[in-house]
Amino acid sequence: MIDAIYAHLPILLIVLPLVAAPCCVLVGNGRAAYLLALVVSFLTFACSIVLLGEALDHDVIRYELGNWSPPYGIEYRVDIFSGFVMAFVSGIGAIVLVYAPLSVRDEIPASKHYLFYATYLLCMTGLLGMCVTGDLFNVFVFLEISSLSSYALISLGRTRRAPLAAFQYLILGSIGATFILIGIGLLYQMTGTLNMADIAARVPHEHGPRTVLVAFAFLTVGLCVKMAVFPLHTWLPNAYTYAPSVVTCFIAATATKVSVYAFVRIIFGIITPGFAFDVLPLDTELMLFSLVGIFIASTAAIYQDNVKRLLAYSSVAQIGYMLLGISMATPTGLSGGIVHMFNHALIKGGLFMVAGCFALRLGSVQLSDWKGAGRTMPFTALAWAIGGLALIGVPLTAGFISKWLLLTSAFETGRWPIAVLMLLSSLLAVVYVWRVVETLFFSEPSEAAANATEAPLRMLVPTYVLIGATLLFGVWTPYSAGIARQAAIALLGGTP
Amino acid sequence: MTLESIAGLYNYWVVIFLMMTGFYIVLARKNLIKSVIGLNIFQTSVFLLYITMGKVDHGTAPIVPPAIAAEQAHAAHGTTEAGHAAVGHAALEHAETAQGLAHDVAHNLADDAISHGSELAHASTEIIYSNPLPSVLMLTAIVVGIATTALALALVVRIREDYGTVDEERILELDRGE
Repeated sequence: MIDAIYAHLPILLIVLPLVAAPCCVLVGNGRAAYLLALVVSFLTFACSIVLLGEALDHDVIRYELGNWSPPYGIEYRVDIFSGFVMAFVSGIGAIVLVYAPLSVRDEIPASKHYLFYATYLLCMTGLLGMCVTGDLFNVFVFLEISSLSSYALISLGRTRRAPLAAFQYLILGSIGATFILIGIGLLYQMTGTLNMADIAARVPHEHGPRTVLVAFAFLTVGLCVKMAVFPLHTWLPNAYTYAPSVVTCFIAATATKVSVYAFVRIIFGIITPGFAFDVLPLDTELMLFSLVGIFIASTAAIYQDNVKRLLAYSSVAQIGYMLLGISMATPTGLSGGIVHMFNHALIKGGLFMVAGCFALRLGSVQLSDWKGAGRTMPFTALAWAIGGLALIGVPLTAGFISKWLLLTSAFETGRWPIAVLMLLSSLLAVVYVWRVVETLFFSEPSEAAANATEAPLRMLVPTYVLIGATLLFGVWTPYSAGIARQAAIALLGGTP
Repeated sequence: MTLESIAGLYNYWVVIFLMMTGFYIVLARKNLIKSVIGLNIFQTSVFLLYITMGKVDHGTAPIVPPAIAAEQAHAAHGTTEAGHAAVGHAALEHAETAQGLAHDVAHNLADDAISHGSELAHASTEIIYSNPLPSVLMLTAIVVGIATTALALALVVRIREDYGTVDEERILELDRGE
């Protein structure tokens, strides 16, 4: 029995949340649906941890769907990289659910609670599916599952701007997804297969027909929309700002990271870095857009009065750091990019949770309403301070580890201007983090803040789990940077 | 590029025309419903692109013709029945070795059936079929497209309830006026 479950873990990871979602709808009761979602999300987390352990100990885990051998059937593959991404995605999914109920009760009408948890599980299914599948068309299907459910989740926000933000995201997201679909179609036209490993073996690179180039261009642009790379990020600030707090925590921490994952898979697994970075100038282009994005988005973040919007712009900037690491294509740089996916997921998840705590107690995420809240809600405010330090990249926090790796790689490859620009951009992060810290601790309390009480433990504990993890993974790195390095070497190993 | 090759690629021209039309409508129209329609046209062009690439020259629909299918099924069925009869016979005569023998006989006859079947299959490969996979993929993509449209229209309904208009400029004006 145990063996049978063990052999089917890769598919259980998808099937569990996928089946639980309609169950939540059938149950039709917010509380029961919540418990079901909570149990399933922790089971999924356990599955992905076991799979990651397996991938680290042995080798790539292959699972043939319905016993159809690839390339005829769909193949699920778990290697170190996908195991790592699915472990933190499902982990954050579970922790956010622990945090969720009070915030959901406050922000979403009670009649929609069970639908909320069902959609949440669907979103998780899509994100995990994108990590686990080895079939390119399957990536598109799971991408759409996660995207459609995230549009629905965002539209649940309290204000009337939430449906509008969801609609704008839907239009841009669907254009991005359709671009990806065109890219997949053109690759299929050239190779006659959809299995990613098989495509990589068959696709003609140098002197190949133009179709391949066009396919890569469509895939890159489509994924850049989903990753919210500057200047295709316009959907993100509104979506993050007007979505319910819980949704923002989950989507900000996971959705863009999984798109980055898919991008890395396609560049290193199919396009190969030799073609993308040597024949095509994708590396210089990515670096340019990343750096411009980091500076513009960080500067925009400084001028925001809405804290969720501030964090959203900061997310756009942080995606830039991940892409910088990827575009350097050295083991150190790539592992810096990969570990930054994980670290940033912890940091941003934690910070949005803090914003959610303040939203619950103060009823607002406007910075002016947070004045002096550090005196009445010291623990919540302290969590912001720690998370903010990690976001800047101060030593002993997780943010430092990834920035250190990126800096090292920039010096290794002789790109010192990039290193200097990265350090300068961190100063911008200091400014926007400090603005909030100053408001929290050194302003006269506003009326709401003076009467506020500390956030409830049920929300503070999950917040501190994520914030604590940023400190833990700032000093103890074998399971963050260590795994990322192994994953990076495996990704680069396929190329000479 | 000769005129002939331009005309020969007419399906791709249709795809590109629809794609650009849809894309333009999505980007240029400020009416939310029109954006949704533009998105639909854009997605439909991709369906056509896939279906085009699945078509093989002179290929027919990828369905095994009923005559060949029936022949194949008959052959396989016949040999299997013969196998069962032989197994029964053997079991009666040599009760002790029945198990092993029955296994052998059944196995041989099954092999026969398979090779017979594959000969037939070989004969049928002379017919050229179109590639069914892209069409199947598009069934999935159509479902995704319907889901997207449904969700988009649901959002438009909510936006209209809140703002009283589906014109994006007007909505942004209302938001600024707040």
